Amino acid sequence: MYGFEAMTFNIHGGYLEAIVRGHRSGLLTAADYNNLCQCETLDDIKMHLSATEYGPYLQNEPSPLHTTTIVEKCTLKLVDEYKHMLCQATEPLSTFLEYITYGHMIDNVVLIVTGTLHERDVQELLEKCHPLGMFDSIATLAVAQNMRELYRLVLVDTPLAPYFSECITSEDLDDMNIEIMRNTLYKAYLEDFYQFCQKLGGATAEIMSDLLAFEADRRAVNITINSIGTELTRDDRKKLYSSFGLLYPYGHEELAVCEDIDQVRGVMEKYPPYQPIFGKLSYGESQMLDKAFYEEEVKRLCLSFEQQFHYGVFFAYMRLREQEIRNLMWISECVAQNQKSRVHDSVVFIF
Amino acid sequence: MMNMWRNLPEMDLMRSEKMTFCQLIIPVESAHRAVTYLGELGLLQFRDLNDDKSPFQRTFVNQVKRCAEMSRKLRFFKDQIQKAGLLSSGVPTLQPDVDLEALEVQLAEHEHELIEMNANSEKLQQTYNELLEFKMVLQKAGGFLVSGKSYETAEGRELDENVYPSDYPDSASLLEQATQSGPAITSGLRFISGIIPKSKVLLFERMLFRATRGNLLFNQEPADDLILDPISSEMVEKIVFVVFFSGEQARTKILKICEAFGANCYPVPEDLTKQSQITQEVLSRLSELETTLDVGIRHRNAALHSIGFHLALWMNMVKREKAVFDTLNMLNFDVTKKCLVGEGWCPVFAKPQIQEALQRATFDSNSQVGVIFHFMEAVESPPTYFRTNAFTNAYQEIVDAYGVAKYQEANPAVYTVITFPFLFAVMFGDWGHGICLLIGALVLIAREGKLSSQKLGSFMEMLFGGRYVLLLMSLFSIYCGLIYNEFFSVPYHIFGASAYRCRDTECSEAHTIGLIKYRDAYPFGVDPSWRGSRSELPFLNSLKMKMSILFGIAQMNLGIMLSYFNSIFFNNSLDIRYQFVPQMIFLNSLFGYLSLLIIVKWCTGSQADLYHVMIYMFLSPFDDLGENELFWGQRPLQILLLLAALVAVPWMLFPKPFILRKRHAERFQGRTYGILRSTEMDSDSEPGSARHHEEEFNFSEVFVHQMIHSIEFVLGSVSNTASYLRLWALSLAHSELSTVFYEKVLLLAWGYDNFIIRLVGLAVFAFATAFILLMMETLSAFLHALRLHWVEFQNKFYGGDGYKFKPFSFAAIADDED
Repeated sequence: MYGFEAMTFNIHGGYLEAIVRGHRSGLLTAADYNNLCQCETLDDIKMHLSATEYGPYLQNEPSPLHTTTIVEKCTLKLVDEYKHMLCQATEPLSTFLEYITYGHMIDNVVLIVTGTLHERDVQELLEKCHPLGMFDSIATLAVAQNMRELYRLVLVDTPLAPYFSECITSEDLDDMNIEIMRNTLYKAYLEDFYQFCQKLGGATAEIMSDLLAFEADRRAVNITINSIGTELTRDDRKKLYSSFGLLYPYGHEELAVCEDIDQVRGVMEKYPPYQPIFGKLSYGESQMLDKAFYEEEVKRLCLSFEQQFHYGVFFAYMRLREQEIRNLMWISECVAQNQKSRVHDSVVFIF
Repeated sequence: MMNMWRNLPEMDLMRSEKMTFCQLIIPVESAHRAVTYLGELGLLQFRDLNDDKSPFQRTFVNQVKRCAEMSRKLRFFKDQIQKAGLLSSGVPTLQPDVDLEALEVQLAEHEHELIEMNANSEKLQQTYNELLEFKMVLQKAGGFLVSGKSYETAEGRELDENVYPSDYPDSASLLEQATQSGPAITSGLRFISGIIPKSKVLLFERMLFRATRGNLLFNQEPADDLILDPISSEMVEKIVFVVFFSGEQARTKILKICEAFGANCYPVPEDLTKQSQITQEVLSRLSELETTLDVGIRHRNAALHSIGFHLALWMNMVKREKAVFDTLNMLNFDVTKKCLVGEGWCPVFAKPQIQEALQRATFDSNSQVGVIFHFMEAVESPPTYFRTNAFTNAYQEIVDAYGVAKYQEANPAVYTVITFPFLFAVMFGDWGHGICLLIGALVLIAREGKLSSQKLGSFMEMLFGGRYVLLLMSLFSIYCGLIYNEFFSVPYHIFGASAYRCRDTECSEAHTIGLIKYRDAYPFGVDPSWRGSRSELPFLNSLKMKMSILFGIAQMNLGIMLSYFNSIFFNNSLDIRYQFVPQMIFLNSLFGYLSLLIIVKWCTGSQADLYHVMIYMFLSPFDDLGENELFWGQRPLQILLLLAALVAVPWMLFPKPFILRKRHAERFQGRTYGILRSTEMDSDSEPGSARHHEEEFNFSEVFVHQMIHSIEFVLGSVSNTASYLRLWALSLAHSELSTVFYEKVLLLAWGYDNFIIRLVGLAVFAFATAFILLMMETLSAFLHALRLHWVEFQNKFYGGDGYKFKPFSFAAIADDED
C-alpha cells in the first residue's frame, strides 16, 4: 500500500503522531545547550531545565543535587511519555513501540547477569537498570547459573525468548560469553525488528530500514573494534553481525578479517555514507568514533521527522530523547567534576 | 457639528487608557521595597532589560533560587499535609510580615523536623508491618503445617497403596522419595513460609515451579488484613504462602527468588507450643508498637497542623518574593553600580500613585536618595489597557478573544455590551426560556461573593465569568419573546384580545382560508391568533427576515461610523475622504436603500415585491417599476443610487495609494543625501529602530493592500448582509423546535388519559427543554452572535493588533496559582 498511508494512517496513528511531534518540539535546542554548558553548578542546570519540559520533574528535588538524580528524573519523563503513548497505541503501533524497548531489555539482562557474576547486590543492580527495559521477573535473573537456566527460568516469559535460540548453551556464565550473548541477542533483535518493519510496509519500512541498517552497521563496526585482540575467532565474529544493512554481506566478510582499526577504516571508507564519519577521524584513533556515529545517527533521526504518516518518528523520538539525556548526563558530570573544558567533547547537538 | 462631536464627554471604555513609557532609577538599598510596593499597586509593566542573559546570569539569581527552594519545601509540607489527610485551615491570619530570612530558617527547621519524624515513623511502620506480616504468616501457615502434615501422610499412604503394584522403575524411585518424605517431614522435606503481594503471586508460583522443576508444594491463603505499602502508602492485599521442598540447593534458589520478588519470609516453628508462644510474643509487641506509632502520628499531625495554619500565608509570601526578585532581575545596573534602572509602561493616571508608592519606599527603607521616576519617549506602540468592572469585563473578554485592540483604538466592547445580548435574543426569542435563563443568571449573581472566592470547574467558571452577559441575554430574550409572543412556543393574550376572529362559530376555516380582522391591531408584538394559522410561517418569516436585514445594516453602519471616529482620533483625514465616505455611500446606496424600501413597505402596507425591485434595479434600471413602485420618484432615485455605488468603488480603490505615494515623494524631495540628525538623537535611537522602517515605501504593496481591502468591502457588504439572515434562521429554528417539543411531546402525552404517559411526556418535554433548547440553543445562538460581532461588525473598523497591558501585580500572581 505504499503511497496510500495518507488515506488511513490518521485513523489510528494520527493522534499519537501529533503527540510525538509535540514532544519533539520540546527537545532541547542548541541555545539551551549553550546555556547549559555555561552553568557553574548543578543548581544552575536545574534552574535552566526548570524552564524546559523537564521543569515539573525536577522542581521538587531538594537542593544538593546529584547527576544521578537529574538523569533519573529526565529518564522518568521519557518513560512517562512512552507509557502514555503505549497506552494510546493500537496494533501494530503498540507492537512497534514495544520493539523499541527490547534493546533496553537486553542491556538490563546483561547488566543483572554480569552484576550477579561479580556478586553485586541485586537491588543495587535493579536501580541501575533502564526503566524502559524492565519486566516482571527481572530480579530473578540472579538465580540463573548458566544460559540454559537463564532461558528456562526467566527469559522464556519475556519477548526476548525467541532471540535466545542461538545462544542456549550449558556453559557457565562468564564475561566473555555474556558479551557474546548480548551481541547475539542484539543481532536477533535487530533482525526481528527489521523484519517487522518490512512487514508493516510503506514509509515505515522505508525509513526504519534505513535507521536500523545504520544501527546494524554501527554495531558491526563496534563489534569488530572491540573484538580486535580478543580470542574471538573470525567466524564467531562474523556470526554476530546482523544479516542486513549496508555492509551486508560483502562488508561483513571484510570486517571479519580486520586486525586493527585502520583496516576497519579501510573497509568502511568504501561505503560512501560512512566516508564522512571516518574522514573526521585521524588515523589510529577510535575514541571519537562513538561521537561521530552519534552525530550521524541524530542527523538521520531528525530527518525522519521530515516525512509524515510513518512509525519511524516514534523510534526517532525515543532515540533523540535518549541522546539528550546522555548529553545532560555528560554536561552534569562535567559541571559536577569541574571539567568544563571537556563539556563539548561528547555533547551531540540535536537541533 | 465637528466641535460638538469633539466636545462630547470621554467614554471610559471607548479608548484604552493613555499609557506612557517611564524610567525608574532606584537606589539599590530601596529597590526591593520599591518593587514590592509597585507590585501591591499593580499599575506598572516592567520591560525586561536583560533579555539576552540566561536566567542564572542575572543579578538576583541567588534570591530566586532561595525562593524556589522555599517553595519546594512548602510544596513538600502541603503534600505531607494532604497525605496525612489534614485539612489546612483556610484562614490566613494576617500576621505582621515575617522576614524572608527568618522564614527561610523557620522552614528549614520545620522541614528537618518533619523529615526526622517521617524517618522515625517509617522505621516504626516497617517494624510494625513486619510483625503484622509475621502474625499473619503464623496464623495461616500454622494451619497449613497441621493440615499439610496430615495431607502429606495421607498422600504418602495413598501412593503407597495405589502405585506400588505397578513396576515402573521411575515411579518407584519417585515413590521412594515420597514415602521417605512422608513420615520424615522433620528431616528431608523442608518448608519456607512467607508473605507476598497478591499481584505477584501467580508469577512467583510459576517461577518457583520452574526453578525446582516441579518438586515442591505451594500452599497459599489470602491474609486477613490489608498491609500498608511504605513506598506508595497504599493498602495492599497480600497472600501468605508456604512452600514445601527438599534439598539444600532448592532452598537457596527459593530464597533468592523470594528476595527477587520482594516476598518476605518468616520462619514458622513446626512445634505447636512454640508456635503459640511466638504468636503471643508477636501480639504483645504489636500492641506496644501500635501505641508508639499512634503517639508518633499524633505528634506528627500536631506539627503538620501548626504548619498548615500558616501554610497559605507562607506560600503567598514566597510567591510574592519570587515575583519581586524576578522583576528585579529585569532591571539593569547603571554605570555606578549604585542604582538599578528599570523601564516600563504605566497608565498616565497612575503617575501620582506610583510616585507616592516610590516615596513611601524611599522613606521606609531610610534611603538617602529618592527614586527617580520620569517619562520617556518610546518607539514601540504602548500596550492596551481598559479599566473594566465586573459588568463590562465579560464583554471586553469577548472582544479580546478576537484580538486585543490597538492602542487607543475605538473599542467595540462599548457597543457589544448591548448589541451582543440583543442579537442573541433575536435568535433566542422566547420569554419562557428567557425567564429560565434569567433565574440562572440571578442565582449566579446573587451568589457572586461566594462563588468568586472558590474554585470552580471550567464549565462553571465560564458561566460565572459571563454572568452579566447571561443576565442581559435573558432580559433581552424575554423582551424579544414578548414581541414574538412565545412562551415555550405557546402564544398568550397578554396585551389584550386578538385582532382577529373566526368567520363562523365552528372556526373550521381558520387553517384554510383564514380569519377576519375585526378590531385594531394587537398592541404589542405578534398577534396570538397567528399561531397555527395558515399564514403563520409566511408572515413570521417575512417579518424576521426583514428585521434581520435592518439590524444588520444598522450594525454595519455603526461599524463604519466607528472607523470615522478612529480616523478623527488619529487625525487621518485621508481615511475619511477615501475610505469612510465611499464605504458609506456604497453600503447605503444598495443595502441602505433596501432598508428604506422595507420600512416604506411596512408603513404603507404596499404589496410591492422587494426582490423584484432590487434585482431589476441592477438589470434594467431604466424600466418602469409598474406595480412595484413604492413612492414617487423611485426610479430616478434608484438610478442615482446605482451610479453612486458604481462611483464609490474606484473612489475607495485608487486615490489613497496614489496620494500616499505623492506625500511620500514630497516628504523626501531633495533629501537624496539622507536626513541630517543631531548627534544626540543618533545616539538615542538604536540602529534599525521603527523610525527607519517608515521611510521605506513600497507602492505596489500599498496598492495591492488597498485593492484587497476594497474588494473585501464590496463583496463583504453583500455577503455580510446575507450573513445577518442567520438571525432569522436561528430564530425560526428555535421556535420550530420548541413547537415540536410542545405539540408532539407534551400535548400528545396529555391526550392520553393515563397518569404514567403524561408523566413520561412531561419528563421528556422538561429534558428536551432544558438540554436542547436551553443549553444547546443558547450555545448556538451565542456562537452566532459572536460571529456577527467578530466578523460582520468588527471588520469594518477594528484592527485588533495591539497587546495587553500586563502590570506587575501581586493580585494577578495570587490568581495565577489556581
